[in-house]
Amino acid sequence: MYPADLKYTKDHEWIRTTGDTADVGITDYAQQQLGDVVFVELPQVGRVLAQGEVFGTIESVKAVSELFSPVAGEVVAINDALTSAPEQVNSDPHGSWIIRVRPSSPGDLAALLDAAAYTQQVG
Amino acid sequence: MSDTQTALKQTPLHATHLGHKARMVPFGGWDMPVEYSGITDEHMAVRTRAGLFDVSHMGEIEIAGADALAAVQKISSNDAARLAIGQIHYSALTTPAGTFVDDLLVYRLADDHFLLVVNASNIEKDYAWIRGQVAEFADAPAVNTSNRYALLALQGPAALEVLQTLTSVPLAEMKYYWFATGEVAGVRVTISRTGYTGEDGFEVFVPPAQAAHVWQAMLRAGEAANVIPAGLGARDTLRLEASMRLFGNDMDETTTVLEAGLGWIVGWKKDAFNGAEVLRAQKAAGADRTLVGLEMVDRAIARHGYPVMIDGEALGTVTSGTQTPFLKKAIGMAYVPAAMAEPDRQIHVDVRGRLAAARIVPMPFYKRPRS
Repeated sequence: MYPADLKYTKDHEWIRTTGDTADVGITDYAQQQLGDVVFVELPQVGRVLAQGEVFGTIESVKAVSELFSPVAGEVVAINDALTSAPEQVNSDPHGSWIIRVRPSSPGDLAALLDAAAYTQQVG
Repeated sequence: MSDTQTALKQTPLHATHLGHKARMVPFGGWDMPVEYSGITDEHMAVRTRAGLFDVSHMGEIEIAGADALAAVQKISSNDAARLAIGQIHYSALTTPAGTFVDDLLVYRLADDHFLLVVNASNIEKDYAWIRGQVAEFADAPAVNTSNRYALLALQGPAALEVLQTLTSVPLAEMKYYWFATGEVAGVRVTISRTGYTGEDGFEVFVPPAQAAHVWQAMLRAGEAANVIPAGLGARDTLRLEASMRLFGNDMDETTTVLEAGLGWIVGWKKDAFNGAEVLRAQKAAGADRTLVGLEMVDRAIARHGYPVMIDGEALGTVTSGTQTPFLKKAIGMAYVPAAMAEPDRQIHVDVRGRLAAARIVPMPFYKRPRS
């Protein structure tokens, strides 16, 4: 269910590191809790985030939820496809990245949950 | 957390909802299904086929006796004298200030017997209010009969055809906002042609012990038409698309019936009722604020409580808002100054600190096609 190559936050974001950048999205558990996602508010490219900082919001028909950055770093890309097709977050949560960041503190990642620990949290 | 949860009331269909794997949430003191297959899916089912709702949490209060009509006339804004036996209307339970204690449906069961259907979260408040108000009448006892009824709502274009397979009551002959008694799936019930979705549909009052049986029978009868269970989430998006007000969101004890745009549920020709003087004065002078429909222009969703900005000033408040699954637009309702309520006016909604452009639009947002 929760891929082993991702790291997870207690706030239900995931992060996947590739080289010196990392993609950030929300977990399958989070999308299930939200229900039908209808809107994703994305940050500006170039914005510098602290670990745990709110970088956007995601809205379902019934609720608004804030998105927290799992690591400190600079936003280097945003997933514009979610503007026109936010429901991708429901259909493929671990394949639908929201922002791509360049982490500035490698230690941030070490503090995150691995798949087993996250599964235990949401189980 | 656990304390609150154990205090939540359950409808007779609670186990059935768990069996459907519904997502349950606290609502008005009840543990209710918010969604089964998803709000969008359930919303579309009601617009295109039919959906089945458990609305057993709604309250029923009955007033019977020689003074029942006089009592109902005093507490309710609409003119109950105009109701025939078997007929229903929408009304407001008003305060002396012309504001809402609650909104409700009034059923005329007999000349001197009325059934009031009230909001779940207001049952105790309404019952206490009504008993106080009718105490002056010699023969108009009010009784909270909420525990005697489960209430199922089958809503959507296929509702008539599906329900007709379970009853000999001639449903096609039943007019909108009328009711009849009869059997559904062998159970003695009251069927009304009412709903809260903007679609054709029926609400069925069932003895609690038979609620699960009737629910299952309706779903089986609707299998070919792909009728599915629908939760409170879809109920909210459907009612908003149809511009039906929600007590607690769109009106409450601080808003008058006229401000809520519901002058049509005021019996202007009848004698005194709670709030009559205030409402008549407000009608003559014009209300200061009014409830309008809005449609977002920028990509954003207005939610309950967000400020409405007009010409740079915070002059209004969003009362309901969502992204609608059928119209595929972000819509909402808001109170704005009456002088600024004309359609097409450009406004902004303060969406968590960001100003998003919107415009005032006529309501209803959605009106079902009628044959």
